[in-house]
Amino acid sequence: MNPRRKKRMFAVSSVVAVIAAAIGLMLFALSQNIDLFYTPSEILHGKDGTRPTVGQRLRIGGMVVEGSVERADSSLDVSFDLVDTGPTVKVVYSGILPDLFREGQGIVATGVLQEGNVIRADEVLAKHDEEYMPPELAEAMIGIKHEKPQYSQGTN
Amino acid sequence: MIAELGHFSLVLALLVSMLMSIYPLWGAHTGNQMYMAMARPLSVGLFLFTAIAFACLTYSFVTDDFTLSYVAHNSNSLLPIQYKYTAVWGGHEGSFLLWVLMFSGWTFAVSLFSKAIPQEMVARVLGILGVVAVGFYLFIIIASNPFESLLPFYPVDGRDLNPLLQDIGMIIHPPMLYMGYVGFSVAFAFALAALLSGQLDSVWARWARPWTQAAWAFLSIGIALGSWWAYYELGWGGWWFWDPVENASFMPWLIGTALLHSLAVTEKRKLFKSWTILLAIAAFSLSLLGTFLVRSGILISVHSFASDPERGLFILALLVTVIGGSLLLYGLRASQLKSVGRYGLVSREVMLFGNNVLLSAATLVVLLGTLLPLVHKELGMGSISIGEPFFNQMFTVLIVPFAFLMGVGPLSRWKKQNLVDLRNQLVMAFIIAILGALAINYSYDSLATITLLGSFLSIWIAVSTIFEILQRTGNQFSLSSLGKLSRSHWGMVLGHLGFAISIMGIAVTSHFTTEMEVRMSEGETVALSGYNFTFKGIVSIEGQNYSGHAGIVDIHKDGDFVSSLRAEKRFYSVQRSTMTEAGIDSNLSRDLFVALGEQLKDGSWALRLYVKPLVTWIWIGAFIMAFGAFLSMADKRYRLSKFATRKKAVLDNNAVPQGVPQQ
Repeated sequence: MNPRRKKRMFAVSSVVAVIAAAIGLMLFALSQNIDLFYTPSEILHGKDGTRPTVGQRLRIGGMVVEGSVERADSSLDVSFDLVDTGPTVKVVYSGILPDLFREGQGIVATGVLQEGNVIRADEVLAKHDEEYMPPELAEAMIGIKHEKPQYSQGTN
Repeated sequence: MIAELGHFSLVLALLVSMLMSIYPLWGAHTGNQMYMAMARPLSVGLFLFTAIAFACLTYSFVTDDFTLSYVAHNSNSLLPIQYKYTAVWGGHEGSFLLWVLMFSGWTFAVSLFSKAIPQEMVARVLGILGVVAVGFYLFIIIASNPFESLLPFYPVDGRDLNPLLQDIGMIIHPPMLYMGYVGFSVAFAFALAALLSGQLDSVWARWARPWTQAAWAFLSIGIALGSWWAYYELGWGGWWFWDPVENASFMPWLIGTALLHSLAVTEKRKLFKSWTILLAIAAFSLSLLGTFLVRSGILISVHSFASDPERGLFILALLVTVIGGSLLLYGLRASQLKSVGRYGLVSREVMLFGNNVLLSAATLVVLLGTLLPLVHKELGMGSISIGEPFFNQMFTVLIVPFAFLMGVGPLSRWKKQNLVDLRNQLVMAFIIAILGALAINYSYDSLATITLLGSFLSIWIAVSTIFEILQRTGNQFSLSSLGKLSRSHWGMVLGHLGFAISIMGIAVTSHFTTEMEVRMSEGETVALSGYNFTFKGIVSIEGQNYSGHAGIVDIHKDGDFVSSLRAEKRFYSVQRSTMTEAGIDSNLSRDLFVALGEQLKDGSWALRLYVKPLVTWIWIGAFIMAFGAFLSMADKRYRLSKFATRKKAVLDNNAVPQGVPQQ
């Protein structure tokens, strides 16, 4: 091979190698970091025929059941129930809830599924709008795609 | 009346942009001087009419004209006056008006600072900007008109500005970010003009470089401000969330960084030509993609207020047209761009190529992490989210070779470098970096792999950058020899040092931050990282459009008073929403951060306390990088009006300008 072609070969093969390594790494990192979204009834009855397993990381979205929020007396542990169309799922969390966390409002939590349909959350998100409902939840509850809460634009 | 004037002015701007998209390009194609000469006056008109429209909208905000739907939704008579100005870009329509204002501003700037560039090139560049402008202006007038009237039934008062946006960070963050986003349109226009004309040489690169540097600098500042804002306004102490909208701004930044370096090679060595063009197209496309992602409402994030699927479709169409059109042109013309120079396997060219590959890979990671959840959902495979660890892992892997090259690259020569010649410097840098990293970890009393790695890379970059200056000045640190280095050289040095500073901040703060969520009753004290936080109680506060309460926390260290922080909880009555304002005491070595939670049943309060070492370094580094880019722009060889008219013929042959000693 002449030096020019050799150089080109090196360049091309190194690029291919880097890309292959990057894709491999990316898929590996992805496989560990994808959190599937569930609603409370999907946790109990399964989604597409499969129920989430205990110990699985997942995201759950639902409405906070009125009167279900319980704070511990001496720590920042808190628990509340989430509901969509039927059964409820308990979420336990330790720490300060977001500003807009309210009973009766839609929230999304990320955490690990425990025995007995309890989710130990490490993150709880609420949106800055009392009419807000996570789009996934709106879909699951109303069963219509792209149904948005009817609030006017610009108000969040 | 004023509003109608603004609307009318906006329509005029659209008409101007239509003329601009036709005549200059046609003139350049046929060689008609008169048509080409129309480009400059048209760009002045575009800017003027857009500025009038923007001024009219601002006037409507300041005078509380709630007959305008946009004003009624984003302002309130009680809103403090400074926020009435910034509320202009607080919602979708206004922020897009700001976007086109910036765009026309860049266009105007091109026409102003292009005296030395041949008429034909200017006409093409401005013509392409005109084509892009037609899309933008059509969008704003048809789908996103800020001058939409609510007459005859208009509200007595407005719905107020989103409280999250009532903040100094919000006053400057969007304009900076938009300056960056839109700025890449100039690099894009230069790239397409080069494809159209077939002229892509060092002279061209010298024209395109300062514009790219400017856009990149603004984008850096915009991203840094956004991150800083999230840090103190969201009350979570985090500075980067890999939120889709953050990602949307980060992707053009990564590709823009690659473009800066690729342009350097194109200028100095006439290489990487078609790659540079592709990067310029990609940078602008990613800016548009960012707009699409943020504004279409298909993402769920803090920023996706005022979203609308129809607008999304419009932007998507614009996106497809711009990307498709430019790539088509690229496919047709790129084969004419030949890079002829030769270089060895170990040379600065190859290292810069490595920099480009790594930056592109990083962009791909962010793109995948941002779009995969969307694709997954559209394919009906259910909703997923991709966690922060994915991005963190990928970037930890990518940064190692990147930082390595950042150290070696500037030290090596163009064409061919014998690594053995650099042995002394590299070994020295390596040893200093290892010792420094250990010392830093030791000062925080623990060893953490990630901090060790991060601080090692940071010191490695900083030390080799300093070695590079020494090498250039022949190992003498005298003022006169330092003064001989060109501004663009100092720009590079500052860019790299700024990056090193940011990396150091990230490495230290992400591992050595200590945090605590506690219940505290009045008078109680807790200790965190050697600081004693004492809760002094709650006072009530009253603002112009909000009320609330603030927790007072006194901080002592070793018995000495450090600071008294006010962590506020504000209730904005019009929007009926609660906001946290964290109390922060900041200096170079650490931030003390207190956020107020809710009141608990027994009367005590939940508080979130943080001690975050070196967190400000992240933003300081970003500002230094941006300053470096501005300094580069001010380099002598870019002052084309004086320089190029005199020496235009010489320029192309004389690839290395005076002031930069050749090795």
